[in-house]
Amino acid sequence: MLVNTEPIVEVRDAVVAYDGRPALRGVDLTVYRGEVVAVLGANGSGKSTLVRTALGLTPLARGSVRLFGTPLDAFRERWRVGYVPQRLGAGSGVPATVLEVVRSGVLARRGFARLPRRGETLAIADALAAVGLADRGHEQVGTLSGGQQQRVLIARALAGAPELLVLDEPTAGVDVATQDVFAATIELLLERGVTILLVAHELGPMEPLVQRAVVLSGGRVVHDGPCPRPAGHHADPDHDHVHPHAPEERGATWIPTA
Amino acid sequence: MSLLHYDFMVRALLGALLVGLTAPSVGVYLVQRRLALLGDGIGHIALTGVALGFLLSWAPVLTAVLVSAAGAVVIELIRARGRTSGDVALAVMFYGGIAGGVVLIGLSAGSTNVNLLAYLFGSLLTTTWTDLVVIAVLGTAVLAVTLLLRPWLFAVCHDEEYATVAGVPVRLLNLVLAVTAAVTVTVAMRVVGLLLVSALMVVPVATAQQVARGFLTTMLGGIGLGVVVALTGAVGSYYLDVPSGASIVVLAIAVFLVVTAGTAVLRRSRGAAAARETSVPTFGFDDENVVLDGRPADV
Repeated sequence: MLVNTEPIVEVRDAVVAYDGRPALRGVDLTVYRGEVVAVLGANGSGKSTLVRTALGLTPLARGSVRLFGTPLDAFRERWRVGYVPQRLGAGSGVPATVLEVVRSGVLARRGFARLPRRGETLAIADALAAVGLADRGHEQVGTLSGGQQQRVLIARALAGAPELLVLDEPTAGVDVATQDVFAATIELLLERGVTILLVAHELGPMEPLVQRAVVLSGGRVVHDGPCPRPAGHHADPDHDHVHPHAPEERGATWIPTA
Repeated sequence: MSLLHYDFMVRALLGALLVGLTAPSVGVYLVQRRLALLGDGIGHIALTGVALGFLLSWAPVLTAVLVSAAGAVVIELIRARGRTSGDVALAVMFYGGIAGGVVLIGLSAGSTNVNLLAYLFGSLLTTTWTDLVVIAVLGTAVLAVTLLLRPWLFAVCHDEEYATVAGVPVRLLNLVLAVTAAVTVTVAMRVVGLLLVSALMVVPVATAQQVARGFLTTMLGGIGLGVVVALTGAVGSYYLDVPSGASIVVLAIAVFLVVTAGTAVLRRSRGAAAARETSVPTFGFDDENVVLDGRPADV
């Protein structure tokens, strides 16, 4: 296997606290070019905080972040990073069409207050086709199912043709069709050499694609290596995937395999 | 139209046209961010600006632009910090704006309550050509921002975190939007009045979004409605001899209610028609559910 040693994401000794409550307690994470890395952990383990910190959405109390070798503060080549949030934020008081949302994805490459670039329309159409929504562009996002809305957000990130794609729980609570679209999209991106960092509670159909897993517990890294096998009640085929959204979940959800 | 023989009526209709165009074009972003009441707060603060103009014998429109823009920037900075105490700080600013304005107007020589009422509720018919030129210049600036920066303003208002990651200048655009809202308040104050400015920013947009699927269609629909109600309301205020702001806003709300009721009836009758058409049960799958008669079924 070809090992590329160019670090794309470097998080060093990250400490983050929300209102004095620590969420990350000194976390290191390095993602190399072309890797698919999954950040796993229970609710409240700090996994979402870790990727948000890497993107500059959550301020660091201590530590440092570098993207593509550049300190986050000085990082200007934003088009190299694509971001798929967990779900659409609250700021959607006015209806928007699928196309309008996906169009935002080309702004990073276009730059602020610039005229549209050549190929933007094609990039948007390709992104919609990649997530199976090619004929849904003029529909209102709010009337789509949760899974389809998630695909709209993936298409928005794809439209910018990023080199690093960061996804926050992309398959949480979505339908099987979306999970499959999602796994196929990751495969396609891997062929293009895109680096992928994703947060997940469970990997599901993505598991064969993930090359390395970083498991967090209580704001610390407890495993960094091959995908751990599901253990305990998660290994039970009848496990019904119901999780209490408590700040702390007792017991380890993921146990590393040697 | 014989009304156009009157010079004051021509001025009134031009003023109404400019306000009908600008207020909803800013309002659509405020509604999208769920900041529909921002215009109302800025309107309160602008009254202090108007009063300052009376006191210093400057053009009230200019002092109102300066004071309300400064107020809008402070509001945005408080909002961006997201502290819970910000709520109280905003309330203090809004009421301080009204009370300060009334006190300053009382102190200035030659002012009357008629003046105050004209700014609070609009007085199109006393709008001068100088006022109109200022309104036209400011209104053009507002439209330039809301129309030309639409892709970036939409990205920020729709999903601020995504916009941040994409390198869109989020803080700058938030300030630009706040100042643009302040300028719009000043543009609209002669026509609809400071207390009713926010209604013309919000109500046409709220009406348009009931029938529109997308952001641009909502924006253009809101602007179209804004122009129609502003012109009709201005003419109505002449015949009924009521303040123009009140007649315009009452009209806008009437249209809103009619459209709301209309879409509700339409949806219900469509649902009933769909139920009749599928008298034979249909069964299939959509992306995630078993579908029976076009609706998700419990299985």
